[in-house]
Amino acid sequence: MSRVSVPCHVKGTVALQVGDVRTSQGRPGVLVIDVTFPSVAPFEHTSTHTPAKWVTCLRDYCLMPDPHSEEGAQEYVSLFKHQMLCDMGKVLELRLILRQPSPLWLSFTVEELQIYQQGPKSPSMTFPKWLSHPVPCEQPAPLLEGLPDPSRVSSEVQQMWALTEMIRASHTSTRIGRFDVDGCYDLNLLSYT
Amino acid sequence: MLQEESDLALIIAQIVQKLKGSNLYAQLERQAWASLQRPEIKLESLKEDIKEFFKISGWEKKLQNAVYSELSVFPLPSHPAAPPEHLKEPLVYMRKAQGSWEKRILKSLNSMCTELSIPLARKRPVGEQKELLNKWNEMGTDEPDLSLFRPVYAPKDFLEVLINLRNPNYENGDSHSFRTHLGLIQVPLKVKDIPELKEFFVELGLTAGQLGVDDSTQVPPELFENEHVRIGQKVLSEQDSAAAQQYIRQGSPTALRAELWALILNISSQPEDILYYEQLKTNVIQHDLLVDSLIYKDVKLTASNDDYYFVFEDYLYQVLLCFSRDTSVLGHFAYSSASPPKSYIRGKLGLEEYAVFYPPNGVIPFHGFSMYVAPLCFLYHEPSKLYQIFREMYVRFFFRLHSISSHPSGIVSLCLLFETLLQTYLPQLFYHLREIGAQPLRISFKWMVRAFSGYLATDQLLLLWDRILGYNSLEILAVLAAAVFAFRAVNLMEVTSLAAAEAVLADLSTLKVMPLLQIFLFATVT
Repeated sequence: MSRVSVPCHVKGTVALQVGDVRTSQGRPGVLVIDVTFPSVAPFEHTSTHTPAKWVTCLRDYCLMPDPHSEEGAQEYVSLFKHQMLCDMGKVLELRLILRQPSPLWLSFTVEELQIYQQGPKSPSMTFPKWLSHPVPCEQPAPLLEGLPDPSRVSSEVQQMWALTEMIRASHTSTRIGRFDVDGCYDLNLLSYT
Repeated sequence: MLQEESDLALIIAQIVQKLKGSNLYAQLERQAWASLQRPEIKLESLKEDIKEFFKISGWEKKLQNAVYSELSVFPLPSHPAAPPEHLKEPLVYMRKAQGSWEKRILKSLNSMCTELSIPLARKRPVGEQKELLNKWNEMGTDEPDLSLFRPVYAPKDFLEVLINLRNPNYENGDSHSFRTHLGLIQVPLKVKDIPELKEFFVELGLTAGQLGVDDSTQVPPELFENEHVRIGQKVLSEQDSAAAQQYIRQGSPTALRAELWALILNISSQPEDILYYEQLKTNVIQHDLLVDSLIYKDVKLTASNDDYYFVFEDYLYQVLLCFSRDTSVLGHFAYSSASPPKSYIRGKLGLEEYAVFYPPNGVIPFHGFSMYVAPLCFLYHEPSKLYQIFREMYVRFFFRLHSISSHPSGIVSLCLLFETLLQTYLPQLFYHLREIGAQPLRISFKWMVRAFSGYLATDQLLLLWDRILGYNSLEILAVLAAAVFAFRAVNLMEVTSLAAAEAVLADLSTLKVMPLLQIFLFATVT
């Protein structure tokens, strides 16, 4: 099943804090990120004009096992439809609420946010037409002496084609072991950027 | 759940891809073809019959061992969006620190080259090649002038880099607050505490028998030792890597150790392996590298001066010189935070077709590097087997001891684990040592970087390395370091300077590691 990237606009993060942000000593421990979808067309519009309301689709999903240590601090995470608590079919806007209770970090956020939806089923591998659909005959042609049955040949050629595709696709990742270039390994200095 | 199934499929696909290029794959194919001759293989049930044949003949076990080896060494497939550098090291600031450290090493090596006017690499003239081939087995008798060479770096230089490691997104105040760590390491990596360590090292508990404790002369062998040896022999006859790894957590009998380690590391000396080693030897004969001089100097300075290891000097050259030419070692850089140094063929600077790695295996040895090989010489006497074992130990464990990464077995985590254990369970000692300017890590760092090689008596060291293999982790080095401090705590409380503290901990050759570990983990009142 393929997936299709949904264009989304990630608004700037908003810190939730009690009191004045400028004068307050502590750092905010809650961030809110709003995600809007400029082309809402992919999602179904409700036919009835019910007012949009916020629904919690994921609750208390832990990204860092220990808030004070580096475990999971810079990680790539995927969230899937089956983890959501509600139906994601008619989403107009998404709000991410992040919590970082540890005062040790200067900032926290999620980056490179990408939203996908299920795409159309990818077409299966197609054989060239003449291999998979031999020309249908009005009536079975008489088998000429000495020639193999055309339908059997067609299926065997199909199998061989599939086998060559498989062999072409599977390559080993072993190295050959040479460290020189054409027998030459005269080096002057190491290079670094 | 759908996600777990696809994760599993991805892992299987990755392992199959890796094994496809191996000798084992070719052997299994040959065996399958040969088995068609056998009467029990029928065409109707070909697949099942061949699978049954593999099971009975032991080939399935070999495949199991290979798969287990892959799972132990390579990290699990990561998130599809994660770039390759994320697999090497997830934290950006650690990657940057490793990059800067590597640049320093490269600059140092380059300046050594220009100062001494010695090329990084050159082809040996034929006469010199013949000469080297003749004295291959006694390179230790050579006394080249190495006075101008200096090691590229020593463990204490590396420690200074680790001390200055900072996460820019972390509250690194200059003034001491609850945020700054009391030890030298200031990065907030996750390390295990004693309850977690007790669970992790459960087989070392007081109720389980241990070699290193329950095989001493006062303990009758019927209580534990005889049965343990019998089980070890059974594990070897079954040729099961996973079982061997579990077994060795309680220590390995001396007579079985060489075979057990080879089984756990999935090393079997095939003719191809011996040929590969001979090919490496040829590479050593043909090309002379600057790192060879660094290796010579290191061996002369460390192993040759050691009472236990000086007899193995020639073996060390035979292993380390070949190691530098082994391009298969480059594979470990996929999961190491380090990267191999690059160079260009003379006169072809900047042309990618003439870019090469230097040395061919991408590893620049530092002061004490040869001590990783020395203890293995007690177990393996055949050079190609000794070589294979060392190479596997390096790409599984030792590389983590001299690169900057956030891995739980990486040296940074080990240092933090050591300091945290000491602080939590011996706070008075820690505070006292800090006050007199003797931060404990300054003393224990060199032990951990060398995996205690050259500091412990060899039988004790081998018992320690048994557990490294058994638990597939280097964390035991940090625990042992803390346990040593705990053992000598009374003397250490009396000292008033770093030098005096070093003197108390200078000689570890009389220590028995297993009782120390057991007492620290399981018998200390917390």
